[in-house]
Amino acid sequence: MNELALQVGQTAAPEATLFWILAPLTLIAALGMLLVKKAVHSAILMAFVMVALAIFYIAQGAPFLGIVQIVVYTGAVMMLFLFILMLVGVDSSDSLTETIRGLRPIAITAAVGFGGLMVSLLSRATLGRTAVGVEGVNADGNVQGIAQLLFSTFVWPFEVVSALLITAALGAMVLAHHQRVQERPTQRQLSIARFRGDSLANTAGLPAPGVFARHNAVDVPALLPDGTPAAASVNASLKARGDVLETSRFELGTIDTSVEEEK
Amino acid sequence: MDAANYLYLSALLFTIGAVGVVVRRNAIVVFMCVELMLNAANLSFVTFSRINGDLNGQVIAFFTMVVAACEVVVGLAIIVTIYRSRRSASVDDASLLMR
Repeated sequence: MNELALQVGQTAAPEATLFWILAPLTLIAALGMLLVKKAVHSAILMAFVMVALAIFYIAQGAPFLGIVQIVVYTGAVMMLFLFILMLVGVDSSDSLTETIRGLRPIAITAAVGFGGLMVSLLSRATLGRTAVGVEGVNADGNVQGIAQLLFSTFVWPFEVVSALLITAALGAMVLAHHQRVQERPTQRQLSIARFRGDSLANTAGLPAPGVFARHNAVDVPALLPDGTPAAASVNASLKARGDVLETSRFELGTIDTSVEEEK
Repeated sequence: MDAANYLYLSALLFTIGAVGVVVRRNAIVVFMCVELMLNAANLSFVTFSRINGDLNGQVIAFFTMVVAACEVVVGLAIIVTIYRSRRSASVDDASLLMR
C-alpha cells in the first residue's frame, strides 16, 4: 500500500492536476488584487497567492522554501501588512480613479506586450523540455542540501544578509521613532486653556453625540437648538472614515406630537 | 508535466504585479504588488533549480526572501512615517519635490 502511494506520488499526473487547478486560481487572485477596491481584500488575496506559491514550491521539490514561504510571507509579512493597514486606516485614499490621464490604457498595453513577450520567449526557448529534477540533489534531504550550499559556496552572502537584517531593523526603528517637537500639555494646562480661551462653550466638555437627535449612537451628531448638526459631538476618526450618519432622519420635527385623548 | 508551465505562471504573475505598481495609488497595495513581483521571480528560481537539477536556485530564492523581508520592514516604516506627516497613504500625495 505504501509502495503504491509512493509510485503514484512519483508520477507526473497528480502534479499536473495540482498545477491546473491551483495556477488559474492563483492568477485570478493576483488579478483580483489589482481590481478590488479595499486594501484589506487585496491583502487577503495576496495571502492566498503566497500560500499557493508555497504549495508550488513543495510540489517542485523545495519543501524547505515552501515552509519558509508560509512562515515568513503569510505569517510575518502579511501580518505586518495587515497591521500597518489597520494603523494607517482601512480605507484611506483608496479611490480607483486615475490621476494621470491615459495611464491605465498605457499600463495595460505595456503589460500585455511584456507578458506576451515573456510567454512567447519561454515557449520558444529550449529550456525545461526535459527537466532534470531535484530528486538527485535532494537525496540526502532538501534542508541538508541547502545547508551545505549555504555554509560553503554562499557563506559570504549569508553573512552579508545578516548585516542587512540588522541594518533593516535599525532603519525601521529610526523611521518609526517619533520625537515630540513640543512638550505634551499637562491636564492642568489643558484645563487653564479651556477657561481662559476665547469662548466658554466647551468648558464643560464637548457635546455628547445624539442629544436632541432621537438617537444616541456615537455616529449620530447632536442637533443644536436651531436644528443643525453639532460637528464637535462626533469623534474625529469616525468623521475621517465617513461613518457619520445623516441627522435629518432623526430630527424631532418628524415625530407626530399630537396627543390622543384617553377615554 | 512540462516544468516550463511554472515559468509561464511566474511571467504572468510578474506582469500582474508590474501593472499593480503602475496603476494602484494606495502605497500599501503598491507595496504588495512589489512583493508579488519578487515572489514571481522566486517561483522562476525554484523552477529553474528543478529544471537544472541544482539547488543553487533554491538558495538564491531563499536570499530573495530575506531581502524581501527587510524591504517590507523598511518600506512599511516609511509608509507609516509619511502617513504620520500627511495623513494619507496615497502615493500621489507625497509630491512635495514636484512643486
